[in-house]
Amino acid sequence: MSTSIMEFEKPIVELEKQIDELRRTAEKRQLSMEEEIVPLERKLDELRRTVYTTLTPLQRVQVARNARRPFTLDYLQLAFTDFIELHGDRLYRDDAAIVGGWARLDGDTVMVIGHQRGRDTKENLRRNFGMPHPEGYRKALRLMKLAEKYKIPIITLIDTPGAWAGLGAEERGQSEAIARNLFEMSRLEVPVVATVIGEGGSGGALALGVADRVLMLENAVYSVITVEGCAAILWKDGKSTEMKERAAKALRITAPELMELGVIDEIVPEPVGGAHVNHEASARALQEALVRNIEELRRFRPEKLVRRRREKFLAMGEFTE
Amino acid sequence: MAWFRKERKPRQPRREKLEIPPDAWEKCEACGHTDLREKFIRNLNVCPNCDFHRRIRAVDYVNLLLDDNSYDELDVDIRSVDPLSFPEYPARLKKALANAGDYDAIMSVSGNLGGMPINLGVMDFAFMGGSMGSVVGAKIARLGQRSLERKYPLVLISASGGARMQEGVLSLMQMAKTSALLAQLAERRIPYVSILTNPTTGGVSASFAMLGDAIVAEPGAVIGFAGPRVIKQTIGQDLPEGFQTAEFLLDHGMLDVVSHRRDLKSSVGGLLRHMSGQPAATSWVTP
Ligand SMILES: [Zn+2]
Repeated sequence: MSTSIMEFEKPIVELEKQIDELRRTAEKRQLSMEEEIVPLERKLDELRRTVYTTLTPLQRVQVARNARRPFTLDYLQLAFTDFIELHGDRLYRDDAAIVGGWARLDGDTVMVIGHQRGRDTKENLRRNFGMPHPEGYRKALRLMKLAEKYKIPIITLIDTPGAWAGLGAEERGQSEAIARNLFEMSRLEVPVVATVIGEGGSGGALALGVADRVLMLENAVYSVITVEGCAAILWKDGKSTEMKERAAKALRITAPELMELGVIDEIVPEPVGGAHVNHEASARALQEALVRNIEELRRFRPEKLVRRRREKFLAMGEFTE
Repeated sequence: MAWFRKERKPRQPRREKLEIPPDAWEKCEACGHTDLREKFIRNLNVCPNCDFHRRIRAVDYVNLLLDDNSYDELDVDIRSVDPLSFPEYPARLKKALANAGDYDAIMSVSGNLGGMPINLGVMDFAFMGGSMGSVVGAKIARLGQRSLERKYPLVLISASGGARMQEGVLSLMQMAKTSALLAQLAERRIPYVSILTNPTTGGVSASFAMLGDAIVAEPGAVIGFAGPRVIKQTIGQDLPEGFQTAEFLLDHGMLDVVSHRRDLKSSVGGLLRHMSGQPAATSWVTP
């Protein structure tokens, strides 16, 4: 996808090209050009670091949505083993915008459920851009209850612009499906760890997000409304960069800001230059965090786990009295 | 069923004193019918001509549902703050407090419905579009907590465009908060009836509004996850007639009862009696 190169990444991409060309020349002419390449690589590393440590909130949104980022199925391949996908809600159909099934994390069986986006147009049509219908949420709940039945921890990966807004989704009860997941997730008697891996879009994200621990990848975003939607409502302009940037800042959607608000529990570091530059390294970091969190949560008895999860969400919100 | 009949008490006027100049006329937003304002009010703000249910205030619903216009208002001192330092939010709050009242987008009360003590929360669209922020979430959670402690049924009336954007993801979390509390009520078998009025969309519909043991809606109320405008934008075509109305949801199995405003109290009362082992409120007449 040509659109997946982000404006602020252009100097990085330029430098990458330059290094690639040098490599090819060196190979063709059987020369060692390490003297030229090594400093350039160091420069590339530095450039990535500067660009990625100074990302604006809107740029973070672009990174979070980028099609080159690892998706749920990529993590299932890289951070888990023995994945067996389970399909369907047993009521209506299989929603490809959510995938899920049994997998092993560091050898132990877990249930993994996540939104799934597509990398190209064809795949995105099949996955509906990771925007689930009610049947997607009902499949997710079915799998969660299945995991609970066998006392298996649940891992959710959040990556969606939001729940789908359409005729069929409304007819089949999008609201009820999301509400039911919030209700049921609050009382699951097994450890639940949710990770926002890309875009955490509103209720469609939260429907997989009522967890004992909520993690967020360093460049992921989590928001009650899209920056475009917010800017359109407040300033009647959801298109200009200026207004989107204003909305992105105002909404506090980045991982450090949400950590400060107490909405998430941990930030999972991404490789320098973002998760998309190194899927394997991203998967390793996620795997480490998941293993550690699940291990900690396994120590709690089911009643205590549920009580703590409830207390955590019941404490959310700020007001005066 | 012909072998019993409801004994109806004569309806009392909703407001003690109606000081309305005789020349105050109002027009129905739906059919254009023009009538005396007093007549609209006597008819609970339902159009005498087309039955369109006009929007009424939270306190009107409280008086409609609870016995003898008597109730205790709860959590009266809780106020929204500006946790994100969101542009223009303090000013908007100030305006809403001045224009819509001081109970934020929900009024919490306890009182009796048909002799049964209940906890009642009524959202008010006049306060920032009935948007759910931390205060709405907290007031609902506390009502639920009171219901848990006293084993009183919970009734919530929704009127909302969704989450309060100005509180960012904290408002999103109120969906989880309210749903988690309702799960506790369900486990303790404490009845919860959800009443949906026009409109009930977004984060409110996708949390506590859709989790009632019974879900009752007013006729014609627009109920959905996404608002009609958003869906129209997404699909690029006009919506079918009656899409997302209470009747549409009833047809699609998403709610239990569509109740005229004048029957709301008896509908909810009947449901609560069944679920809390109370005898019927109707008197049985042998033919
Ligand atoms: Zn009318």
